[in-house]
Amino acid sequence: MPIPQAKAVLTDIGTEEFAHWEIIGTLIYKLTEGATPEQLRRAGLGDHYAQHDHALYPHDAAGVPWTAAYIQATGDPIADLHENMAAEQKARTTYEHLINLTDDPGVIATLAFLREREIVHFQRFGETLMLVKEYMNKKHIF
Amino acid sequence: MYSKDMVNLLKEIMAIDFVVYELALFLDTHPNDRRALEDHNNFSRRSRELRSIFEKKYGPLVLDSESEFPYQYINNPWPWEIRY
Repeated sequence: MPIPQAKAVLTDIGTEEFAHWEIIGTLIYKLTEGATPEQLRRAGLGDHYAQHDHALYPHDAAGVPWTAAYIQATGDPIADLHENMAAEQKARTTYEHLINLTDDPGVIATLAFLREREIVHFQRFGETLMLVKEYMNKKHIF
Repeated sequence: MYSKDMVNLLKEIMAIDFVVYELALFLDTHPNDRRALEDHNNFSRRSRELRSIFEKKYGPLVLDSESEFPYQYINNPWPWEIRY
């Protein structure tokens, strides 16, 4: 990233996203703590139990494991900031789908907090995009 | 075991740290906003004060906290084990 604001935003939002991983991990840990294999099976987690027991293994709703191949980075600040903004919107909508699938108030409160963070991140990335564009337009004047 | 007092103080620290983090993100793209910076610095100071009180009473919060002998950092509860 070409400007200090962008380096800071990318670093700090990246760090916060790792914390979100910990929040989701904690949520799943607490929801499944002490659950028997039969209880897990009835909750639709039989396949997860078979391969991972109570381990917090990152995979999507269809069981496809997370992989670093999902991370996009072109080296072009404009393209990469748009990628980040799209990722925030996709995360927001996924949280909304997850909220629609539960009636547990604690789970809804946690997911609603995380959803809101993606909105704030989208805002910060949008500001960063404008600052980077401003910088790149100026750079042509030598 | 841990007390209700410990959990309450931890929750207060987490709330203040969230404010600090949110203001930090804002300041990343608004470095010239004097009011946001004042708020950031005030909450940052308050967080350090409370963390110092917490650690004196209940032990290290993070791995670069100072510890008594034997190393207290490894003690329970870990964040995912706390019942709030």
